[in-house]
Amino acid sequence: MKTIAIIGASLAGLRSAQALRQQGYDGRIVLIGDEVHLPYDRPPLSKDFLLGKVEAVPLADQEDLDELNAEWRLGVKATGLLSAREIELSDDTTVEADGIVIATGGLPRTIPGTHVLRSLDDAIKLREAFGTAQHIGVIGAGFIGAEIASSARALGKDVTVVEALPTPLTRVLGAEMGTACGHLHGDHGSTLITGINVDSVNVDGGINLADGRVVDADVVVAGIGTRPATDWLAGGPVNLDNGVLCDAGGVTNLKNVVAVGDVANCAGHRAEHWTSATEQAQVATRNLLAGETVATHTRGGYVWSDQYGVRIQFIGRATDDVRVEDGSIEDRKFVATYRDGENPDDIVGIVAMSNARLFTRLRRNLK
Amino acid sequence: MIRACALMDLPPGEAVRIVGPHAPIAVFNADGVVYAIDDTCTHQDASLSEGWLEGCFVECPLHAASFDLRTGEPTCLPAKRPVRTYPVRVEDGVVYVEVEVNKDVA
Repeated sequence: MKTIAIIGASLAGLRSAQALRQQGYDGRIVLIGDEVHLPYDRPPLSKDFLLGKVEAVPLADQEDLDELNAEWRLGVKATGLLSAREIELSDDTTVEADGIVIATGGLPRTIPGTHVLRSLDDAIKLREAFGTAQHIGVIGAGFIGAEIASSARALGKDVTVVEALPTPLTRVLGAEMGTACGHLHGDHGSTLITGINVDSVNVDGGINLADGRVVDADVVVAGIGTRPATDWLAGGPVNLDNGVLCDAGGVTNLKNVVAVGDVANCAGHRAEHWTSATEQAQVATRNLLAGETVATHTRGGYVWSDQYGVRIQFIGRATDDVRVEDGSIEDRKFVATYRDGENPDDIVGIVAMSNARLFTRLRRNLK
Repeated sequence: MIRACALMDLPPGEAVRIVGPHAPIAVFNADGVVYAIDDTCTHQDASLSEGWLEGCFVECPLHAASFDLRTGEPTCLPAKRPVRTYPVRVEDGVVYVEVEVNKDVA
């Protein structure tokens, strides 16, 4: 391969470029990113960035960038995959490549009148809006919503979180542990309203709930998930279904095109996690260089969330058989294991609050 | 030189975190050899004393960055910068860490 184009210049794209170089690829790398910024780390945006403690946290310093020796096309959007070897860009140019890495990530789902938090520019806008606001409404009590709520509380705002499900995070952690996480809001003076849909958000603030109640809010943020950024691939040669369809090694229906990160639906599973983006980059680029699937992803599924001074860590999958192994939910410091339905001795998932040590130890025993 | 802990409280494979007027320090017993490094991962805020110890390497519990306890150098991403290392002395069953050498930085 002489040229590899990477579409998407965030974590998954950057790590793919680095992985290619680590594996000895010395051809041309073109990195195409629709944001004008060099790669930055997204997790701090909902936490220390909102609090004003950090500015953009670069994912690569100058030395890293020099080592990559890549051509950067930033502030340019990929608008189409014209063939297995040609990418159309928003500035009416095209890029030809022998190998292509799709790393376009996810787009936040949105509700008119709300902020979202995905990109640095989103975070800058939200931080500005927080400046003069007193009442903050957050729609969605998942990890991102909870972190935004936590940051807003830390800034002294009045915070109301609205969640459509009866308990937050049910789909990730199960009802019992989702409830445990939901309690953190009340512990720290935020109001959590669950089991109700949002009807609309007013232009001048305020959330209209489906039952007629109105939540007072000067600024409203939606943290209601993302959808894979595949619009630009529609009608092209790569198969799509809830993301870019890949095998377990990130390889699409075209052998010279792989997908990594939030946009990749690998063997029926789309992992929208920071660590997955890094791990997938290693595997997918290896397969790209090999011209076939020689390695497959391990389904780690590790996530962490810092909120209200509590560190939540989760790995694996949640089941109904969840057991607190150490500490207690009441103390907001515990480790719990999820057991396999058929073989209860098998630990298939672990969740912890503020106990990284035991979490780290137990994750070695994960089946 | 500060007293970290009694050696019997630091069996092989274990770590302690010591705080004081210096940056938090993690002290490890790596198969009988005691090492001390900065406790805070150079990537993002996480305590290395809560990490996974394997031989002379500790893996950060948050993002799996790994550091060589002997040199403080990171062995993989996402960490780029080394952690500081501190001389350790074990005397009469007590672990001491030399922190003065670096106190101007802390």
